[in-house]
Amino acid sequence: MRIGVYLCQCGGNISKVVDLQRVSEALHDIKDITILKEHSNMCSGAGQKLIIEDIQAHRLDRVVIASCSPQFHEKTFKSTLEKAGLNPYVLEMANFREHCSWTHRSEPEIATEKAIDLIRSSIEKVRHDYPLEKKKIAMGNRVLVIGGGVAGIQASLDLANAGKEVTLVEKEPTIGGNMAMLTKTFPTEDCAACIISPKMAEVQDHPNIRLLTNTEIVNTTGHRLRFEITAQKKPRFIKDTIDMDQCLGCEKCVEACPVSVPNQWEQGITDRKAIYIPAALAIPYKYLIDEDACLHLQGQSCRKCADVCPQNAIDFSQKSETTQFTVDSVVVATGFDIIDPREKPVFGYGKYKNVVTGLEMERIVDHISENPPPRDVGNRVGFIQCVGSRDEQTGREYCSRVCCMYAIKLASLLKQARPNTDIYIFYTDIRAFGKGYEEYYKKSQSMGIKFIRGKVAELEENPENKKIIVHGEDTLSRQIIEAEFDLMVLSTGIQLSKSSDKIADSLKLAKSSDGFFQEAHPKFRPVDTLVEGVFLAGTAQGPKDIPDTVAQASAAAARVIGTLAQKEFEVDPMLAFVHEDLCDGCGACVSKCPKSAIQMNSENKAYVSEALCVGCGSCIASCPHEALDLHGYTNSQLYAAIQGALAGKTDAQKRIIVFADDSCTYRVADAVGIRKMTYSGDVRIIRIPSASRITDKLIIYTFQQGADGILIGDCPEKSSRFAWSKQQTLENIKAAQSYLKTIGIENKRIVFAEFASGMLADFVNRVNQLADVIKTSETVQVNSNR
Amino acid sequence: MANKIIIDDSTVAFFNLISELSGETITLCDQCGTCSGGCPFVNDMDLMPSQLMRKTLLGQEDVLESKTMWLCATCNTCTVRCPRGLDVSKVAEALRQVKLRQSLDKIKLNEISDEELKELPPIAIVAANRKLVS
Repeated sequence: MRIGVYLCQCGGNISKVVDLQRVSEALHDIKDITILKEHSNMCSGAGQKLIIEDIQAHRLDRVVIASCSPQFHEKTFKSTLEKAGLNPYVLEMANFREHCSWTHRSEPEIATEKAIDLIRSSIEKVRHDYPLEKKKIAMGNRVLVIGGGVAGIQASLDLANAGKEVTLVEKEPTIGGNMAMLTKTFPTEDCAACIISPKMAEVQDHPNIRLLTNTEIVNTTGHRLRFEITAQKKPRFIKDTIDMDQCLGCEKCVEACPVSVPNQWEQGITDRKAIYIPAALAIPYKYLIDEDACLHLQGQSCRKCADVCPQNAIDFSQKSETTQFTVDSVVVATGFDIIDPREKPVFGYGKYKNVVTGLEMERIVDHISENPPPRDVGNRVGFIQCVGSRDEQTGREYCSRVCCMYAIKLASLLKQARPNTDIYIFYTDIRAFGKGYEEYYKKSQSMGIKFIRGKVAELEENPENKKIIVHGEDTLSRQIIEAEFDLMVLSTGIQLSKSSDKIADSLKLAKSSDGFFQEAHPKFRPVDTLVEGVFLAGTAQGPKDIPDTVAQASAAAARVIGTLAQKEFEVDPMLAFVHEDLCDGCGACVSKCPKSAIQMNSENKAYVSEALCVGCGSCIASCPHEALDLHGYTNSQLYAAIQGALAGKTDAQKRIIVFADDSCTYRVADAVGIRKMTYSGDVRIIRIPSASRITDKLIIYTFQQGADGILIGDCPEKSSRFAWSKQQTLENIKAAQSYLKTIGIENKRIVFAEFASGMLADFVNRVNQLADVIKTSETVQVNSNR
Repeated sequence: MANKIIIDDSTVAFFNLISELSGETITLCDQCGTCSGGCPFVNDMDLMPSQLMRKTLLGQEDVLESKTMWLCATCNTCTVRCPRGLDVSKVAEALRQVKLRQSLDKIKLNEISDEELKELPPIAIVAANRKLVS
């Protein structure tokens, strides 16, 4: 066996914390290492060339690379091996960056020790690696776009025009999103509704787009390029025949309805009835009944709308409908919510009636030319910038990027409509970064809009005239400002929409520290996620204006088209198989497989159908002879990985082995490192395909090798691609516990935990809790005879 | 105690007056400081030219008590350098006009003593009459 071991410095990211020299020395005595090299960037062309040349010159047959997490560059290095003529499955990676140098950046000693253990684990495992053939699956044509705002609309149209079958799901009764609510757009002052409504109509009419409004994604399962989607359509309470020909849109119902509630789409500036069309430019242009406002649906006897409807189109009996479908790729365009300005109580939003949000001001300005307008503004109007963003008090350090320009736009539009209005913008920095933005800013100044540099500290209401008193400083003249405003607009920042959280959990998407979705690479994969087949568009990825949103939506569509353009795609052949020589034909495994992939053949040996097996590993524990196994994570590979990870342990040290499933737990552990969070230095993480792969025998072996505690992490049952496997995992743990008790290992030293994508703090807490538990526990004597 | 800027209808009226008299769009001033940095008289001024602009924008009438506008020689160094194309000297001139129109006589002709009348050259009295008497 000829193993090549490569240590990546990652341009200092690793080498400034982990002492790679010490790692090399620790590997000195290990047999079969033919080559041991260090490089500044293994993933670079030069780094890969080095590996290729070594493989060819030194006839290497195994490769171990210590670098970043495999989720970033495993693909890169697999193709490097292929280029050198080596099978890609004889590669193991040791996660030196996310799990060592970033997690333990302030404790280089711990990071280095952990790195040595991790690379020992990888080296021991790689000895048991063997060539595998990739499985090929035919590519589909179906795309789900989540969110019908400007990003979702643009992505849907680009995809549909390229011949993809698009399903666009929007939770509101109309598409158009936040953009449709804007009055005009900066810096051109095009009317937002006028430029988005043709696109909305195009979505509705496009033969390749299926539009589901008033519908929410309830769950998604599956992975890579096959996603099973469950969506729930809320009732409109209007009979929905083809073309809605039953409803004529005569409005008699609206006139008859006795209930008036604030019009949410108009930000409460105007009222609407309980039966209504969501907006003047709504697509689909269909009535619906507000379940919470309708007297009949709240149990009263009112049926006024149904009584006057000449077409008998109203149907109070409608219920939510659940639909299920399969797609090959997903574009997440779930957009933003404005930050609730109540998070800054000093501004009195909700308490003072003359303090409004930027979005409310959009609607106020949109109606300002009506006579009389539904909401007037008075003579002196102020804007306060950066409300909720760039503010550690609200936990948001990021710039929302749109507020400067929308405040300038609203001020300019107001000044044009009412030239005598005295307008002030209180700002910290004006960020006019886009094309034509600086010019637009200057134009607003030339119109007489006054910019005061300084963040207002506090607002107060004059109890007599309800005007808003400002307490702040003009930091340019270093003087305190004292003024009364008829209207004060809070230029509220934006945050990831709340409804995105559910999507994040079920698609297992990670979030970055600003709370928006994390892209796969900030520079070179800006619309990809780390989940294959899932792409990001618009403000779900981070604050951006309309031109950037549209550009990114088209980029996401192009990435989907490019991905689906391959005739077939390759998936890792990490499927179950049978060691026929060990199988005694007992058949215990057959009923364990939820996919019915295991059968007995004519020679009474178990046989796994590759077409049906999904590689969950749930079957493996059922075999009393370890005849069932999983490619890539075989028993011998995992025993070796465990033994390697614990090989350096001294009697004084404590060790926790975390078996981290590839889809959730491993990524959460990576994200913990990316966020520079830290946890107990006793932890050693081993990557597994799913929690149910860890059999009772593996658990026992881990303790026998000297581990003091085990944490088995998996995806939450609901969103797991192996939802059925939790039961098996718990059975395996129970079986192991009943033996371990007899040798003095308490149940509390084996923990099972479920981690969704954002649960970084939970991960840290769980491993730290376990580290506390084992502090006082005794290590078991090594007894590898069992 | 720091000075207070009061924004109300009267301060806005003062700003509007100076804007009208100077013909300059004072709200364009970005407070970049180019004017003050290059002004040859800035060392003798109590308010720098940029401060003069700021106070005017905010309608602070106490700017009239400053001697800056009287020290401005209209050399136009600031004017040719302003990135927003503003003519600061015109604003200074507008402020001088407003101050002069307040009819504040710095000298009263009938209080000039006989001795002074006898000693001073006639041109000094003519000049003082022009500059310091409304």
